[in-house]
Order: sequence, then structure tokens, then C-alpha cells
Amino acid sequence: MSSSQVSRRRAIALAGAGVAGVAGAAAIGGALARQDSAPSAAPVADQVAFYGPVQAGIVTPAQDRLHFVAFDVLTKDRDRLIQLLKDWTAAAARMTAGKDAGEVGAVAGILEAPPDDTGEAIGLPAAGLTITIGFGPTLFRDATGKDRFGLAARKPAALADLPHFPGDTIDAALSAGDIGVQACANDPQVAVHAIRNLARIGMGVVSVRWSQLGFGRTSSTSTTQATPRNLFGFKDGTANLKAEETDLLREHLWAATGDGPEWMAGGSYMVTRKIRMLIETWDRTSLGEQEDIVGRTKGEGAPIGQGQEFDEPDLTSTSILADAHVRLAHPTTNSGAHLLRRGYNFVDGSDGLGRLNAGLFFIAYQRDPRTHFVPIQLNLARHDAMNEYLRHVSSGLFACPPGVSGPDDYWGRALFA
Amino acid sequence: MRRTPLILALVTVSAVAACGDKSDDTAASAGGPIAVKASDTACEVGKNTLDAGTHVFQIANSGNKVTEFYVYAAGDRVMGEVENITPGLSRELRVELPAGTYQTACKPGMIGAGIRADLTVSGSAAPLTEDAALAQATESYSRYITSQSEALVEKTTDFVTAVKGGDIEKSKTLFPIARTYYERIEPVAEIFGDLDPKIDGREDDATAELPFSGFHKIEKDLWATKDISKDGPVADQLLTDVKEVVAKAKAEKLSPLQLANGAKELLDEVANSKITGEEDRYSHTDLWDFAANVDGSQAAVAALRPALEQRNPDLVKQIDTAFTNVDNELAKYRVGDGWKYQNELSQTELKGLSDVINALAEPISKIAGVIAQK
Ligand code: HEM
Ligand SMILES: [Cu+2]
Repeated sequence: MSSSQVSRRRAIALAGAGVAGVAGAAAIGGALARQDSAPSAAPVADQVAFYGPVQAGIVTPAQDRLHFVAFDVLTKDRDRLIQLLKDWTAAAARMTAGKDAGEVGAVAGILEAPPDDTGEAIGLPAAGLTITIGFGPTLFRDATGKDRFGLAARKPAALADLPHFPGDTIDAALSAGDIGVQACANDPQVAVHAIRNLARIGMGVVSVRWSQLGFGRTSSTSTTQATPRNLFGFKDGTANLKAEETDLLREHLWAATGDGPEWMAGGSYMVTRKIRMLIETWDRTSLGEQEDIVGRTKGEGAPIGQGQEFDEPDLTSTSILADAHVRLAHPTTNSGAHLLRRGYNFVDGSDGLGRLNAGLFFIAYQRDPRTHFVPIQLNLARHDAMNEYLRHVSSGLFACPPGVSGPDDYWGRALFA
Repeated sequence: MRRTPLILALVTVSAVAACGDKSDDTAASAGGPIAVKASDTACEVGKNTLDAGTHVFQIANSGNKVTEFYVYAAGDRVMGEVENITPGLSRELRVELPAGTYQTACKPGMIGAGIRADLTVSGSAAPLTEDAALAQATESYSRYITSQSEALVEKTTDFVTAVKGGDIEKSKTLFPIARTYYERIEPVAEIFGDLDPKIDGREDDATAELPFSGFHKIEKDLWATKDISKDGPVADQLLTDVKEVVAKAKAEKLSPLQLANGAKELLDEVANSKITGEEDRYSHTDLWDFAANVDGSQAAVAALRPALEQRNPDLVKQIDTAFTNVDNELAKYRVGDGWKYQNELSQTELKGLSDVINALAEPISKIAGVIAQK
């Protein structure tokens, strides 16, 4: 059998399995050369650097697929939790490089033991996989206020529980969590493989609280990307924070020294909202009303009253209605707050009433939710004409630490130091 | 209620009386009022042929149930109606009838298709121009709003009185009935900013500026907390708000396009919040609202009917069939003069309702396009 260190991609190249393998192998060199630079646009079979000052998967050009998971921490033992974070970090470094989750691999171990990789990604490239971790408010203090792991004093003020927003129909069982992990890739199997292996490695120490698949990106996080469409059929991600906007990212995305506890400097806060979209009733809404609700045209995606997608909306004009989504969400309506949105379309089958259980798994990163997501969402929840067709069913909030600097570092080291 | 108040620029349509703008009551005064003997099982109308013109019906309710009386043109377009004729009471309906075939109906218990009889009106009938047909839609729907709003105020007053009297059982019985009239005219009620959220807002829509109030606050106290002793001010405010909405609604003239959208939105309401049990989550009386939303939708479509008949008769047929299917499906859950509770229906039964509503909403969503065409 092959060497225990063989990568999935090399296994294919050795077997002479053709184009994908060869292209993948070629990509390794490029990825290594890029390791310390900021993540940049990655073609489909490519690898995104895992190590770096910030976590990958935030300003990385949004990949096409998502598997998100929230875990409850079961153990009461701080050291076991730290060990798990180390194991996870190592597995994530391997998987994002297109390798098996464990050192032995899916099929190279002894026949008597379960493999240390589940195997469904054998033969698949890295596919731009990024794995991004965040810590929820309950990791610091549980519902009864107990300091579970001696972390309470390090809880950032910005990690304050999100308020109830008007119209919320949040299902607690689908919400929150001690640890959230976002896996994004250009191949759904690769994203699922990543989450599945983290859950397997964490068995007994953590348990899966809820999880969500997203099948298509609903945002662009780089000016190099074309704007995708959400399930209302509208371009989504036109006006978004983009990797290239370094000044805005510094101001609105990354937590800085002095913002709060030092372990979060270079990190970012992630808000997740699973938003059911009532697409059947939306589909019988007239085109004009749909455009009025969004505040943009459906075809081009231009602000109402302008011609081109990237024209600035004219909010002084009444042609963008008072209750239009883009007016209410726009930075000028929200004391200048910008979000980096990184959401995904989902369809979780149907709901038993002849309707698709579909919507948008909204993810937004920001420097401080109290000045960004919360006021924007309050504004939307109160006035957005789109609410007629939306139901927020799950809510999550996670503090994502800065990046992992190298093989000796691990996720959250500064937090537990 | 809708999740967000509608902000609509209202187009006021000039009231064009379609044919024979007769203000004199020659026909009525000549023959005197037409007597209608209404009971729980019968509806005897004094005449079944009339001359074109304005007529007055005098409806006397000798039954034990509250009744209503309607004069319908084809497709159940309401030419005139009186709601809420309590037992022992007698009421008048004044209605202008151009030549054509009509139906009269009494609705003991105020539900269902009613006890029907044919009515033929003869005389010269000039065919409507397309524009006149559209203008008539606005007028015809205005009549509907007027009659519904009067009943809404009466029924809300009864409900509020029961609540303030601390009578939980009576309040529970009156709750879905008062709501029926509100849900029928919801597309109009929603136009007036914060009034709909105040009257019909749900607990999770509440904000610091607009605290939980209105029907659903009292509903929660009736069914969940089982304590209405502190709801006097909430009840008073509800009645004040209802009266305000009614005053505004009566003065409003919905354009044909707004009617078309209103008919669709009422069905979206059914699909999004009644079938799911979201609206009446404590009382589970969602099927009352369901039926009321469908009634309201049908009234809006009926008002547009003459115009639709001219422009797209096939669509009218499709809509008629789809309405019948909804009525039949809903009829399975009738209990006396009311309905089963939403939480008594199985998932399969709810799916059945969802399917007929979607099947109806589909052709109804096409009306606006047909109306907009020149
Ligand atoms: C299912 C729910 C949602 C849908 C379908 C949706 C859809 C859209 C669409 C079509 C646009 C216009 C395209 C663009 O500028 O990118 C947009 C813009 C935007 N949305 Fe949403 N959105 C949803 C939820 C949210 C939520 C929950 C928030 C934040 C609280 C949000 C914040 C924004 C922002 C900040 C913009 C850009 C506005 C601007 O700067 O002009 N959206 N959304
Ligand atoms: Cu309602």
C-alpha cells in the first residue's frame, strides 16, 4: 500500500488518474509559495493557505459551498478542550491542504482499527477549503452564569448576546453553540468531509448542536468575483466589504488592539442567521414589487434609478422606497456600519405543506456586532418590506480569533494562554 | 397581520357611476320595500323580478342566529349587503341594480354560501366600457368595505365589552368572530401605518415603541395566561384603533390594481401564517381567519369581475373553480357555525388546505397583469 504520508491529491497523481490530480499537484507549489501572504483568489482545485495572521474563510473570495456546524462542549476539563483545539487545528491544516484528516489516512492503516479519515474525499482536490472557528458566548459563561473554563474574564464585551429582534421566530435548538465552525469549499463533499471529521475527532469532548449546508454562495467578498444570486433571484453581494478594501476592512472587519481582550486582536465577530424565505409567495409577487422591496433591479442589479450594478444608490431619491431593503441596510442609514456578508443559499427539503424549506444562511463578519449587525438588523426587522417573505429561524454569534501562525500554534491559543 | 406595514401611495379613482346615475328612488318608492323573511333555514324574498333601478329590501330576521343578506351579481360580486342582522331585528338594504341576473342570499350564522334565490332585473342595460368596468370595481369594493367595517365595529364592541366584564368564555367565543371582519378587509386596514400592528400585531413583532397590544395580546391572556383582569385598557385601545381604521378605510378608494394585489395578499396571508398556525397561536382559531381572508380575496376579485370577464374570461373560469375547491376543502373542517381548531388538523389535512390555496393564488396573481394591460 502507499505511504502513510501520501496526500489525497498525490495518491491520484501516482495512480495516473488524470487531469484533476495533475492540476491539484501543480497547485501545491503555488500554495506553499503563498503561505504567508493574505489569502487571494483561488481557482477551483486550488488550496487556500491555512496559516496566516488572520483566519482564512473570511476575506477569502467566497467559495461556492458551505457546511456550518455549532458544537456544545461536553467536557468540563479545560485541558481536554485545549487538546481538542490542538487536534482540530492539525486536522484543519491537513484537510485544507487537500490531505486526509489524520496522519495515517483513510485507507493506509491497519485493518483492525477505524481509519483516522472518513474517506469520502479520497481523490478530491483541496477545492479551496477553508475552516474558520469561532467561540460562542456560552463557552465563557453558561446559561446559569457559571465560568466553565476560567475564561469569563476574557469574554469580549462585543460578544454580548444578540437581542430579540421584532418578528424573530428563533428555534433555540437550531441556535447558538459554544463553538462554531464554518467550512467553505468549491466542492460540497470536501466541505462536508471537513466538518464530519472535526465532529468525529471531537466525539465525547463536544457534540454537534446544529449544522447547516449551503449550496450556493450569496455574496462576493472580492472584486474579482461575479455577483451570485440568492433564492429571490436577485444579485446579492454587490455592496459588500471586499478583500481589496483594506482601509474599510481595518475599520469595520477586524478587531484591533484596544477594542477588547487582546486575544481577539486580528479576529472578527461572526453572526449567523438562518433565514427561511417564503419563496412560493415571493414567486407570485409582481416584478415591480420585488424590485421595490429590494431597491434594486432584478436583471442588472442596479440601484433603482441607476443603470449599472455598481452605481451608488441615490438614497436622497424617493424612487428607492422608504422600506426598501438596500436603503435600510445601507451604511449611510446605519451610522456608517459596513458588514462583510458571506451567506449561502439553502434548501432543506420541504416543510410538509407543499413548500420548499428554503432560504439564506446569513453569515456576517464585523469588528463589533453591537455597532454593526445589531443596529442594522433592528432597522431591517422594524421596517424592511422584505420581512413579509422572511422568517429568522436560527441565530448564532461567535468570536473568531486571529489566524494560526504555524504548526506550533493552535486555534484559540492566546485565549487559553 | 403583515409583518411590515404597507406603505402605499394610494391612487384615488374617481367615482364613475356606471349606468343610469339615478338618484331618485322611483322603483323603490313605487313598489315599496321588498320584504325578506329570514330565518335559520329559509330566506323568502318578496319578489324575484324587478325593473332596473334602485330598490330597498327590508330584511326581518325571525331566526335564532345572526344573519346577513346579500345581493350578488355573477361570480358573487356583491351589489349590496347588510351584515349582522341579529335575531328579532329588521334592517334595510338600498341597492342600485342595472338589468341583469342576480342572486339573493341570507346567511344564518353568517357563514357559507347562504340560502340563495334567483333575481331577474329587466330594463335597458348599456354594456359597460372597459374603463367604466374598472371604475365600477372600486365602487363595488367600497361597498364591501363599508358593510364589513360596520360589522367590525359592532363585533369588536361586543368582544371588548365581554373582556372588560371579565367574561372569559364569552370573550373566547367572540374573539374569532370579531377578527373575521378585520381579516376580510386586511389589505385596506394595513395601509394605515401603525394601526395594523397595534390591532393585529403578534408578540414577537413587539418593540419598545409598539408594545404587544390588540387582539393577540388579549388572545394570549384568554388562552395562555388565563387572566384578563388587567386587559381593560388594552381592550379600550383596541376599540379606539378599530374605529380609527374603519373611519379611514371607508374614506379610501382602492385602485383596481390595489384590489388585484389585495386579493393575492390575502391568500399569501393564509399560506404564510394561517395554515402554519402562526397567527392565532394561543387560540388556534386560525381557520376563522383563513375563511375570512378567502372571503376578502373573493370580494376583491368579484369587484374586478366585469373587467376581467371582458379581458380574460378563461382566467375568470380558472379562478371560480379554484375558489370552489378552496370552499370544499375548508368545508371539511366546519363545526357548527365555526371551524375546527388549527391544531386539531393533521399535517396531511393542512397540506390539503395549503395545496388548494396555492392553486388559487396562482391564477389570482395573474389578475394585476391583466388589469394593467391597456
Ligand atoms: C434572506 C434574507 C436576505 C435577503 C434575501 C437579502 C437580499 C439582499 C439583496 C438582494 C441585496 C442587494 C444586493 C447587494 O447590495 O448586495 C442586499 C443588500 C444588503 N443586505 Fe441583505 N438580504 C437578506 C438579509 C440581510 C440581513 C439579515 C442583513 C443584515 C442585518 C442584510 C444586510 C444587507 C446589507 C448591508 C446590504 C448592502 C446594502 C448597501 O450597502 O446598499 N441583509 N440584501
Ligand atoms: Cu392578520
